[in-house]
Amino acid sequence: MAVTQETVQTVQEVEKYKYGFVTDIDTDTAPKGLNEDIIRFISARKEEPQWLLDWRLKAYAHWLTMEEPDWAKVGYPPIDYQDAYYYSAPKSAEDGPESLDDVDPELLATYEKLGIPLHEQEVLAGVKNVAVDAVFDSVSVATTFKETLAAHGVIFCSISEAVKDHPELVKEYLGSVVPYSDNFFATLNCAVFTDGSFVYIPKGVRCPMELSTYFRINAANTGQFERTLIIADEGSYVSYLEGCTAPMRDENQLHAAVVELVAHKDAEIKYSTVQNWYPGDENGVGGIYNFVTKRGACRGDDSKISWTQVETGSAITWKYPSCILQGDRSVGEFYSIAITNNFQQADTGTKMIHLGKDTKSRIISKGISAGKSQATYRGLVKMMPNASGARNYSQCDSLLIGSECGAHTVPYIESRNRSAQVEHEATTSKISDDQLFYCRQRGIGEEEAVALIVNGFCREVLQELPMEFAVEAQKLVGISLEGSVG
Amino acid sequence: MSIADHQPEEFVKIMLEIKDLHASVDGKPILKGLDLTMGPGEVHAIMGPNGSGKSTLSYVIAGRDGYEVTEGSILFNGRDLMEMEPDERAGEGLFLAFQYPVEIPGVSTMNFLKTSLNAIRAYRGEDELDAMEFLKFVREQTATLNITDELLKRAVNVGFSGGEKKRNEVLQMAVLRPSLAVLDETDSGLDVDALKIVGEGVTGLRSPERSMLVITHYQRLLDYVIPDRVHVLADGRIVASGDADLARELEEKGYAGFSKAAA
Ligand SMILES: Nc1ncnc2c1ncn2[C@@H]1O[C@H](COP(=O)(O)OP(=O)(O)O)[C@@H](O)[C@H]1O
Ligand SMILES: [Mg+2]
Repeated sequence: MAVTQETVQTVQEVEKYKYGFVTDIDTDTAPKGLNEDIIRFISARKEEPQWLLDWRLKAYAHWLTMEEPDWAKVGYPPIDYQDAYYYSAPKSAEDGPESLDDVDPELLATYEKLGIPLHEQEVLAGVKNVAVDAVFDSVSVATTFKETLAAHGVIFCSISEAVKDHPELVKEYLGSVVPYSDNFFATLNCAVFTDGSFVYIPKGVRCPMELSTYFRINAANTGQFERTLIIADEGSYVSYLEGCTAPMRDENQLHAAVVELVAHKDAEIKYSTVQNWYPGDENGVGGIYNFVTKRGACRGDDSKISWTQVETGSAITWKYPSCILQGDRSVGEFYSIAITNNFQQADTGTKMIHLGKDTKSRIISKGISAGKSQATYRGLVKMMPNASGARNYSQCDSLLIGSECGAHTVPYIESRNRSAQVEHEATTSKISDDQLFYCRQRGIGEEEAVALIVNGFCREVLQELPMEFAVEAQKLVGISLEGSVG
Repeated sequence: MSIADHQPEEFVKIMLEIKDLHASVDGKPILKGLDLTMGPGEVHAIMGPNGSGKSTLSYVIAGRDGYEVTEGSILFNGRDLMEMEPDERAGEGLFLAFQYPVEIPGVSTMNFLKTSLNAIRAYRGEDELDAMEFLKFVREQTATLNITDELLKRAVNVGFSGGEKKRNEVLQMAVLRPSLAVLDETDSGLDVDALKIVGEGVTGLRSPERSMLVITHYQRLLDYVIPDRVHVLADGRIVASGDADLARELEEKGYAGFSKAAA
């Protein structure tokens, strides 16, 4: 009831700004396929310096020698990397949805219930390729942010802008956490990344507001390769939120992003994601391949990086936000909710690499599988020889809805220091008929009951999200499981 | 004395009318021709030996999956209950206090109560209560049941003592204000003090608009909630009915004679 009301309000508010979004259409188009010329094309369009082009080309040359990984518990037909566009230019107007009427009603219904992403449907109507911070709400939000933030010395802009305006920072940090040779998808990203966000928080500054970016995959047949780089200088703090949605397409689309975080001495980065890429339909047709590399380096002593993710979308998710705990007493956290329904597959988890003394990591993973989906938690905890006194605690809980889905937990533990402690707990449970009946006897409809029970199961992770996102995430949990019972 | 007794014949309303009810679980017949009629505001007690089908009757009334009605009918306020989903039945004013209340980890008791009340209000086309109104309303109910705010913050029934679980059931009944409450052994597993709280709590909810079907083994809850009628359930049927005295008689003599009668 409340959700519907909010939606109505949101629609009304959005209506007012309906035409404000239909601007800034970039008409550049790179030909299909991947080769050095395409990379030169992208780099030239972005007016990049020579060093960055060289770096892209070096990555591309390396990528050609690499094999696509096959160790994850996911299956998909081979991807033809030559059959995609790498410069995400807008398609001609006839191809895309002109207005809300052309958008699939099921997708619309989902967004209506969500409330917030409705803004994006308006974006859909005209703007196909927008700068990251202009994708959602941000024509206004980003600019307001910029002025207020600049007063604190905080830099928040697209990575393309950062390359132009702050080349020394980009040059120093780009690829310093996820090197160009890291893995098949990350290397591809180095070669062809088009945009993403850049954040720099100067020494001693506590970023005065949440930074937020909404990503969206636009045209068909276009790969999406964002690159995000966040640097928290000594003693600073930032909380960054990332949201993702994608329109419905029958073809699968590749999304291979790279996120790098650097936390210096006494700095803290809190990185939250609500990932709601299009998951494919109830028969498993279409959806995003979400093959993402996210890694943070706790470079300085007493630094902290915390990843919180709510993964409900994508046909396939392959993602292991990780922490390299270099500084002594540095802390890494990973809080995750991964929901799979219908034919979705998720292989997700984290890597906590303990290098410094008395480093600590904490992993809380909640996997929910419904329909015919498969969810795997895959996590590595590695205690290196110098990590004396290091500690890890991991808790991985799986919840199954129905009998045709699967949940798997694959913890890898490597300890090379005797004083390091690793603790791992795992549970698997089902939503019981008793719980459902109890809720329904209290007047709560079946789908709302499932959402309530699952939100309870995920509570420890949900409470890590910033307030603004927590409500949205709770609704999303319910929506992604619709049709999973009864 | 029930309100119905004072009304002229043509105004006597029937709250619940169960006719020739047969129900099976896993293909096994449990209820075998049960008849029961209750008027508004009436309190009926159902007593019977273990395994006689008391909980089965409560689940059938509430519409639990797997409890299959093979014959007969249940009318609730003149409407066919069999046509309704469990949550619709709750929306229509049916409440079941569970013999074994269920744990819901991570969901606070307060949130559960609120979700539940708002779902029922929505079903009736009423507005949701806002957080402040709701809190005020709940506090009015918790005082008499000796339920603390701390308990309301804890996850539903998780780690609750037997007594806390049963008091939580009565709290939900107080908040949801049903027109028919089925209480399935709400008195079992309680010590004397807890029984007093629950007994007084239930009695306090007695009203001309609210009927109660009190399932119990013992006379002791009925000392607080004096029933208008007492029925003996044995082997899936009502084998005897009487007034409050019947409950005392059963307490003394046991069910032996009735079970034989039913066999
Ligand atoms: N889920 C079930 N599956 C199979 N048999 C059941 C189930 N529930 C109850 N029964 C059987 O139905 C009969 C009545 O049980 P129940 O209604 O719980 O009795 P009471 O509440 O009077 O003790 C018993 O024989 C019991 O074993
Ligand atoms: Mg029973």
